[in-house]
Amino acid sequence: MWYFVSPEIVFGEGALDALDELEGKRALIVTDATLVELGLVDRVKVHLDNAGIEVHLFDEVEPDPSVPTVRRGVEAAREFQPDWIVGLGGGSPMDAAKAIWVLYERPDLEPAEINPFIRLGLRQKARLITIPTTSGTGAEVTWGIVLTDPEEQRKMGLGNRENVADIAVVDPAMAAGMPPQLTADTGLDALTHAVEGYTCTWHTDLTDGLCVSAARLIFQYLPRAVADGSDMEARERMHNAATCAGLGFGNSMASMAHAMAHVLGAVFHVPHGRAVGIFLPYTIEFAASEAPDRFAELSGLLNCSQEEGEKGARALAESIRWLCREIGSPTGVAEAGIDREGFEEQLEKLVEDAFNDTQMVTTARSPAHDELRQLFLHAYEGKPVDF
Amino acid sequence: MAVKFPSDEWIKALSAQLNASEAYEKSARDWEGDFVFVVEPDDAYPETAYLFLALYHGKSPDAAMVASEDEREVEYVLRAPFSTWRQVIEGKLDPIQGMMTRKLKLKGNMMKIMRYPKAAQEIVACCARVPTDFG
Repeated sequence: MWYFVSPEIVFGEGALDALDELEGKRALIVTDATLVELGLVDRVKVHLDNAGIEVHLFDEVEPDPSVPTVRRGVEAAREFQPDWIVGLGGGSPMDAAKAIWVLYERPDLEPAEINPFIRLGLRQKARLITIPTTSGTGAEVTWGIVLTDPEEQRKMGLGNRENVADIAVVDPAMAAGMPPQLTADTGLDALTHAVEGYTCTWHTDLTDGLCVSAARLIFQYLPRAVADGSDMEARERMHNAATCAGLGFGNSMASMAHAMAHVLGAVFHVPHGRAVGIFLPYTIEFAASEAPDRFAELSGLLNCSQEEGEKGARALAESIRWLCREIGSPTGVAEAGIDREGFEEQLEKLVEDAFNDTQMVTTARSPAHDELRQLFLHAYEGKPVDF
Repeated sequence: MAVKFPSDEWIKALSAQLNASEAYEKSARDWEGDFVFVVEPDDAYPETAYLFLALYHGKSPDAAMVASEDEREVEYVLRAPFSTWRQVIEGKLDPIQGMMTRKLKLKGNMMKIMRYPKAAQEIVACCARVPTDFG
């Protein structure tokens, strides 16, 4: 028994127009200051105005949103009493919006108590709309929430399937202004969702096709979207790919590359998509020697290789490294600008926290403590994994 | 020789497996919190059974079949019908997925347990290493 959850998804050119039909009185937009400056928030407000909905802005969300930020957002919601919460932005504002929504509805909960094992009883006060402005996170369709505990320098994986958005508005125009680096980082995030959603131990018949479709689109269109941001065909296909991948991994799971990237991001503030893109090939190579089948199958479906077993899996890893190079993204932690001394100082924390990350439980091959340490070191040096 | 589930012998065998597991010791080295596993009756098993498992800093210092949920003071109570426990022990149901679909019902501090997913996985791996007779 398992569940497949999804918002109603409005997608494609002009999808924002759907907001004109929204019924409600007050909407709290949760976003960040940059998106306000870029005018993306105004684009949404126009449609909410058309629907006769009063808008209040909470634009304090930082990258890797923290618990204190979410608490401030909850306070804003309590004062404004919205019946819609709108998560507008990349993964950080959308995750913050989910957490703010849950805690607005359930003031008895602490942020860290938002877990998948309880009934939340949401939608008594408000409903949630997500509008992605990047093509990668998939947060518009997933129920996962990642918050950072600034005291422990640790990312917390939270969420409950009830806190999936009611409506996701996936309009490519909202992502059209992304600079090349952000396009590359977020695109690699989407690719990692697709690959891990397909290969993790929780994959399902209902999610496999979404993951394959997303991965195909990303290999085809990400280089174009990075090379020419005005290529609206590439932008739209990448925007759709990210949502497909979000549905895929959001209803199965992510895996070891995410576990490793969460801790690297928390300690060294490497952008999430870049970090998962670095680690993904190493985790595939690690799985290749003992559990290669799903990776080899995906490799074949993506035309990376028609070899079976370990060779096929390794070909997938190499294809991902090729894609990283093609879009100017690093293929190792050192290449991402982290000095060796600082990395080694934090190595034990990285291993310990990754080992206990929730995404680690679905790996095709589960690493022992020392193997995980070696994986981090190989990824640091950019050395393919051979153990 | 296979050990009957649920029984005092079975939970003690699981405790021994945990104490022999380096992977469990590493993944749960800060863990403090004892469990009672409640085996609820269903078509395959007519009674209710209570299995107490002490867990402390990567080891299992005590284990016993007890008479009730309250006989020992514990931090967590995990309950499911017999057939669901069988699926978990045989590796057919991931316990985390089981809790997410509420086939396994957990009472206790969720915030704490969410930080030890790997330890939960290792406990199940140890369960699978106990040769079990499901009757």
